[in-house]
Amino acid sequence: MAKPKIAIFDFACCEGCQLQIVNLEEEILSLLGGADVVEWREAMSEKSDEYDIAIIEGSITRMEDEERLKVIRGKAKVLIALGACAVIGGINKLKNNFDDLEEVKKCVYGKAAGKPHLHTGPTKAVGEVVQVDFSVPGCPIDGKEFTYIVRSLLMGKTPEIPEYPVCVECKANGNPCLWQYDQVCLGPIIRAGCGARCPSNGFRCFGCRGYVDKPNVDAAKDVINRFGLNIDDLKTKMVLFGSRQEPTIYE
Amino acid sequence: MSNRTVNINVHHITRVEGHGNIVVNAKNGKIEKLQWQVPEAPRFFEAMVRGRSYEDIQTIVSRICGICSISHSLAATKAVENATGIQVSEQADKIRLLMHYSEQLQSHVLHVGYLAAPDFFGVPSVVPLVAIAPDPVKTIIGLHRLGNDWSNLIAGRTTHPVTLRPGGLTKIPTEKQLRELQDRLKKSLADLTVMANVVLSVAGKIPQFERQTEYVSLKETNSSTYAFYHGEIASTDYKGTVPVNNWKTVANEYVSDQSTAKWTKWHRDSYAVGALARFNNNADLLSTTAKAVAKMFGLKKGCCNPYLNTVAQLAEAVHVVEKSIELIDELLTKGLKSEAVAVSPKAGKASGAVEAPRGILFHEYEFDRKGNCMSADMCIPTNQNHANIQKDFEKLVPEILDEPEDVIRLKLEMLVRSYDPCVSCSTHMLDVEFVR
Repeated sequence: MAKPKIAIFDFACCEGCQLQIVNLEEEILSLLGGADVVEWREAMSEKSDEYDIAIIEGSITRMEDEERLKVIRGKAKVLIALGACAVIGGINKLKNNFDDLEEVKKCVYGKAAGKPHLHTGPTKAVGEVVQVDFSVPGCPIDGKEFTYIVRSLLMGKTPEIPEYPVCVECKANGNPCLWQYDQVCLGPIIRAGCGARCPSNGFRCFGCRGYVDKPNVDAAKDVINRFGLNIDDLKTKMVLFGSRQEPTIYE
Repeated sequence: MSNRTVNINVHHITRVEGHGNIVVNAKNGKIEKLQWQVPEAPRFFEAMVRGRSYEDIQTIVSRICGICSISHSLAATKAVENATGIQVSEQADKIRLLMHYSEQLQSHVLHVGYLAAPDFFGVPSVVPLVAIAPDPVKTIIGLHRLGNDWSNLIAGRTTHPVTLRPGGLTKIPTEKQLRELQDRLKKSLADLTVMANVVLSVAGKIPQFERQTEYVSLKETNSSTYAFYHGEIASTDYKGTVPVNNWKTVANEYVSDQSTAKWTKWHRDSYAVGALARFNNNADLLSTTAKAVAKMFGLKKGCCNPYLNTVAQLAEAVHVVEKSIELIDELLTKGLKSEAVAVSPKAGKASGAVEAPRGILFHEYEFDRKGNCMSADMCIPTNQNHANIQKDFEKLVPEILDEPEDVIRLKLEMLVRSYDPCVSCSTHMLDVEFVR
């Protein structure tokens, strides 16, 4: 059997998730030994139109990008969304909270906002444009999780990512709860798999991996009440990576 | 007089961060179109931070760039602290500098070793280099890993740091961890020399091209520090320095039809930022071994060959390692203290600047009395280099128009890569007058 061909494409994002793949160093070679990487603009000069697995980084903000993504989907047998921008729209969705996108443009480009090459629409996750087969969540992605997902696919297995919240991993790390240190931490409702990296460094979870499948909303409300806060306090933190992410669980 | 007809269209140059195009159309020796284009999708960060709390700013804006996320977080945090009147301890300041140095090593090794080196060896990526030069590649991988482990230790992650907060840090390393890091840094100096020698062995592939331009970077007045983290704005065209809060009088941003990123100019049509700019303004202050590396390549203050930015990065990689060994000694001699951070922000507006690996970076914010962001403005290094790249193209292409088309193309691609551009940052980081 021929080796599967992998292509990596980037849309609107910071390219930090591709960097996590580069950071795998030698392991990339063993991981991708079972495949041919035929296109990866950030790291290689080669380009190709033939691939089996397409890895998509970034969110979609322009019509021309939607068209390009649909063409990629048409060619790929398997499509993987890489990182928060691709999986949930990521930080780029913050701009969708403004009712008037023209105003957003003016606030960045001033009088030049009307120029055609500056035109963009609302930010979409990849799954809002085409069907996504597998997701690697996080901002940035976790290199180990990426390796696991790709290796599973190359071995013909279905990868599974955690369906429990960050608190589980945070407790296992023996961390004190950041709520007790006046930090509004989203650990109770966000998907684990990151090893609770941020709270383990004393920084609240800000939700870059997206909501867990069935968030325990009641427990989260209990926590808010116990610390004398309200839904709005939580929402101001959820908005960073959870802007209009469906389902918006607190509405 | 050339009568060449040349058509080059590099749609999305590879091995750079972000999307850029190179277009050259020449007919019978006459250049009809010659452009460095930036079509990156805009993301509108200045709007994204509007209404957000002072404590969430760095979490948002670090996402401007995956490669220089630490610099963005530091510039933002400094600006937030300057605007809201929050103080930082000497210890926190030193640990932040150590964090900043880690990103310089990470990014410079990535650029020199993974993105630029393939051109010197005539291969399309670092992967074939593994077969051609396995030992040097292993050395480079080791250095890149060191940069990443170092960022991980101090910033909590290699990318998008989580230990920074206005007023200080959420977590500091232990003294034992710092000693272990220091050991690795000491050992890495030999590896950095290996890497410099590898680049020197192929230095003949670096094009000979010069164009006088203005070089802008940070500089610390009355200090012996090669400026990355503190200081004011300096230029090779200007005596004295400009306070960071006045950076708009330096950048003078304007919108070009070629680009979704704004362009800048100060004393000339364009200026350059990055390792070569820092070197041209601070060269006497490099560490001893870093000076030796610059000398190996004949790199001297006043250099105006943009391709040598890559060499200046090599010297800086050595410099940040040597300075960090000293910095860790300073921290350990004083002894690490756990510091509680309690802040109460005031309303205000101010800027913060640091040297990102690819050049000087400005952030500016205004906050209301609750600490919510009212407006933001950022000016990113690559954005300051776009006009300079275009001007380089305009001098270079007529000089090489008689060369084969693929040589012209390679020299233009290498020129863009030598600036180590971060196109996805530079785009969208424009002028931010909020129009209400």
